[in-house]
Amino acid sequence: MSQAAIRTSSPTPSGRTVVRLDHVSKTFSNGTVALKDMTLSIGEGEFVSLLGPSGCGKSTALRIIAGLGEASTGRVDWPTMAHDAAGRPQREIGFVFQEPTLMPWATVFKNVWLPLRLHGMSKADARVRVMEALAMVGLEKFADAYPRELSGGMKMRVSIARALVTRPRVLLMDEPFAALDEITRQKLNDDLLRLWEQFGWTIVFVTHSVFESVYLSSRIVIMAARPGRVIDELAVDAPHPRGIAFRTSTAYADFCRQASQSLLSAIGATDHL
Amino acid sequence: MSQIEQTGTAPALGARETDAAETILVRPAASHERWLRILIPLVMLGGLIALWAWYVKAYNVPHYILPGPDLVAKSMINDWGVLGPALLVTLTITFKALAIALVGGVAIAIVFAGSRWVEIALSPYMVILQVTPVVAIAPLILIYTDTTQQALLICAWIVAFFPILSNTTQGLKSTDHNLLNLFELYGASRWQTLLLLKLPAALPFFLVGLRIAGGLALIAAVVAEFAAGSAGAGSGLAFRLLESQYRLNIPRLFAALILLCATGVAIYGATSLISHLLLRRWHESAIRREN
Repeated sequence: MSQAAIRTSSPTPSGRTVVRLDHVSKTFSNGTVALKDMTLSIGEGEFVSLLGPSGCGKSTALRIIAGLGEASTGRVDWPTMAHDAAGRPQREIGFVFQEPTLMPWATVFKNVWLPLRLHGMSKADARVRVMEALAMVGLEKFADAYPRELSGGMKMRVSIARALVTRPRVLLMDEPFAALDEITRQKLNDDLLRLWEQFGWTIVFVTHSVFESVYLSSRIVIMAARPGRVIDELAVDAPHPRGIAFRTSTAYADFCRQASQSLLSAIGATDHL
Repeated sequence: MSQIEQTGTAPALGARETDAAETILVRPAASHERWLRILIPLVMLGGLIALWAWYVKAYNVPHYILPGPDLVAKSMINDWGVLGPALLVTLTITFKALAIALVGGVAIAIVFAGSRWVEIALSPYMVILQVTPVVAIAPLILIYTDTTQQALLICAWIVAFFPILSNTTQGLKSTDHNLLNLFELYGASRWQTLLLLKLPAALPFFLVGLRIAGGLALIAAVVAEFAAGSAGAGSGLAFRLLESQYRLNIPRLFAALILLCATGVAIYGATSLISHLLLRRWHESAIRREN
């Protein structure tokens, strides 16, 4: 990935709220309460992780933010984004799923072109932007490859390039690296951090890994299951750029301990994991 | 798409995360194996024909029971004036039926995948059409149509239509849920979702249906002709088979049979080739892999 123009200071959240969840709850049609009364403001330029065990509603929350599925009660506001005639927000978001979710019949180029294509941009017009997005994830040489010719980590990079090609202001990531091996995952974590330090998007990142969330985030929202809810928040105010030095520091270990304790405190004696 | 790297991408494992990694898929030169793939079936075929010729000669089998391969070959050449046009008639019916089944099957599958209620309303009749033996409906269809050719066409169509319909419907419904979400997220229209996502995703299913339908269309074209009992100049291979049997012209019967077999094999080969060409770059079924 490009190492150019890395900012040495932490991206400073401007304080402006990009998205706000206001007492959002989600109950599925079978009666399961996936998310209960979640209130959260995410500021511009923040890297927020939603951390919790499976069933805590972190993915549900992310999908509601993305507009995939409505909240049962409560509301989601996008104060700084334009709204269409019907009052729906024009979300400038990119979404990365847990699986790469690529179209196997299409080349890497066509997969990344997809979001622009759906908005009516021709292949020739999109070329510069597609290649730019591929360069960001270091895959410009693989534009003509098919997904099956790539490793799991490379597929995930394509998926990230596809999310970036629309130049979104907010990047939503749903456990994107959970299925990758430890080494690949660490590399992608580093690359993602470099990109964020460079471009300063807002990122909402769902994960069940304490270590990953501390390493990446400026703020961790800790959630618990049954019913899915927010139980704690942790600001990770370590400076950027972060790297191996941060990952092996005592400060990092302290943050991890705090996050783990918050997670444990939510698990009652009656819970069976 | 595999979640686990190790199982998903065997050809690319060496190329993992190193950015310098170049693609991939270095296949050992398998020209040797390719020759054997052609040679072995040919040798096998030659051996079987030789065995056949030897048996007929050694045991003095009369030609009205089992003619030798030489006699059948002679009949194929001498009777080509009769067999050739008959083959053309059967081929025409088969391919017309297949073409109509293809267009109709895919179109109805799209409607079915789009509306559950239409599917619930209509699918019982599609099943009835499929499970009723075509021989049993052929006489009725003969009454309703003007010419025998039309009746044969309808019979062949009924048989070829169902595998395409049911496979394509299944394929259209099996689209990856995350990809559907992705299309929704980027505000794709129904038309875009169909064209760019659902149809390509259904392609492997459709191609299986096509392969089955190709063979069935030929079988139905022949069976329906038996049932219709057509005769005369405009008749197909099935009539020539019956005729040869009545006249005890067994060499010609064999020649007609061989033409039918060859047609069936050719149709299977053609549909398999189409399937391979369309899927070879991306679908698991078309990928050869070494362990």
